[in-house]
Amino acid sequence: MSFLAAVGRGTIERAEYIGGLTIQFWRGVAAAWRVKPFGGNRQRWRSTLKHMAVVGVNALPVVCLIAACTGLIMALQGGAELRRFGAMQFVINLVAVSMTRELGPLITAIVVVGRSGSAFSAEIGTMVVTEEVDALRSMALDPIEFLLAPKFIAMMVMLPCLTIAASAAGILAGGIFIYFALDMGFQLYLRAAMEALVLRDVVSGLVKSIAFGTIIVHVGCYEGFHVAGGPEGVGRATTAAVVKSIFLVVLADLLFTGFFYFFWR
Amino acid sequence: MSDSQPTKATSGARDDAIISVRDVVVRYGDKTILDGVNLDIRAGETMVIMGASGSGKSTLLRRIMGLDKPTSGHIFVKGVDITTASEKELNDIRRIMGISFQSAALFNSMTLGDNVALPLREHTNLAESTIKLMTRMKLGQVGLAEAEDLLPSQLSGGMRKRASVARAIAMDPEILLFDEPSAGLDPIIAAEIDGLILDLKSAFKMTIVVVTHELASAFLIADRMCMLRYGKMLAIGTKDEIRNSEHPRIRQFLDRIPDKVTGGQDEYLQSLTKL
Repeated sequence: MSFLAAVGRGTIERAEYIGGLTIQFWRGVAAAWRVKPFGGNRQRWRSTLKHMAVVGVNALPVVCLIAACTGLIMALQGGAELRRFGAMQFVINLVAVSMTRELGPLITAIVVVGRSGSAFSAEIGTMVVTEEVDALRSMALDPIEFLLAPKFIAMMVMLPCLTIAASAAGILAGGIFIYFALDMGFQLYLRAAMEALVLRDVVSGLVKSIAFGTIIVHVGCYEGFHVAGGPEGVGRATTAAVVKSIFLVVLADLLFTGFFYFFWR
Repeated sequence: MSDSQPTKATSGARDDAIISVRDVVVRYGDKTILDGVNLDIRAGETMVIMGASGSGKSTLLRRIMGLDKPTSGHIFVKGVDITTASEKELNDIRRIMGISFQSAALFNSMTLGDNVALPLREHTNLAESTIKLMTRMKLGQVGLAEAEDLLPSQLSGGMRKRASVARAIAMDPEILLFDEPSAGLDPIIAAEIDGLILDLKSAFKMTIVVVTHELASAFLIADRMCMLRYGKMLAIGTKDEIRNSEHPRIRQFLDRIPDKVTGGQDEYLQSLTKL
């Protein structure tokens, strides 16, 4: 009986969580519309630009570095296997396609979860604990519009940008391996890599990154808004935001990859 | 308690009451925080809500501000039932109310000036120079004219409290709420805050609602006061009516008598912190 109760409670809690996220998402979309550039609220737009710098520009070096390492690892691992079949030239396709479609978006999302998703939940969580969110509401300001919408817009713009940069960095790093292993010039490598890619690869990577960005912002903010129990609660919320975001990002990645595999080839 | 005016049959709100609390119940799970509270606050008066920690007084204040909804019952502010109002109606009501939170709740990432200017920038179309002027004026009213460019983290507790009052009166509200204005402050600074509340009362004729457990401060600033205990309203009346009350629980609170302690030292210390 207690097992059944635990399953039931778990199910209800998860349904509540997803319901809460969904409501927050739609309120976030409506609020983002009110903040829109030119003609929207100027104060909010300033905050959006600030978030763009923090979420996007400041993350660029670390995202590119990690993506470059990943590209190189892909090339090395692929090369080790493909060498046996004398199919080294396919390493180029392997790196180009897997970086653009899969690893670029995924690795960018995971780095941004760690950098920004955790920061969102810590920032909002602290504001909940110090009654600042209540103060906003008492001044007839919507916390979703004031706090979430600028982050949402910034993430929607910057995560696809970071993803493109990450994919490029990974592909370029793969070229280093090819240069030494196949004695192939860098320009030739780039041309081969571009030929291996079709528009669909790039688009599917960007579609994923938009979905990942939505998850990161909304899970981070949701955990922040629902902090309970003072300062330790903020720590718990931050951890929860990171773990749940990474899980949901990987889950969404699987769903999208499955969808593209079956319905869009 | 000499009210004999007829009550409005439709809403239950009294004609001269700017805030009417009607049978408000708040429950979390099986814990009852407020148990059928009724309270009328008249326009222009200073009402002090007293009670021990855990009596539900802050909970009541949050409901009056419309930050949370009660489990049942109604709250009317200027005739609008804020328990059933839409978010838009609620925001209209909030613009005539200001609140100073227990923890001051200043935005830590903004300077004091920006904190006070925020509601003006958001809700009015005033020119930036006008907003600057008004901000300086409001900060001057609480004695912080020089601190405009400081961050909240650079201020003492008393200064933060005063700054939060400046932000609360930025939009010239008709109703001003205080949650534990002297909590965490030393007696001298606490007296300063009391003085500030008295100044605001005489200068602006605002309706002021203060939640506190500080007796001296309560009797100093109140026109009328009420006492909550375990979510029930024990008494509502003028200062003198409360001071001369024969109700054993009110006497206990006013004479600072702890609950009967039967256990050891630990329990006694706990009972002290509870009061």
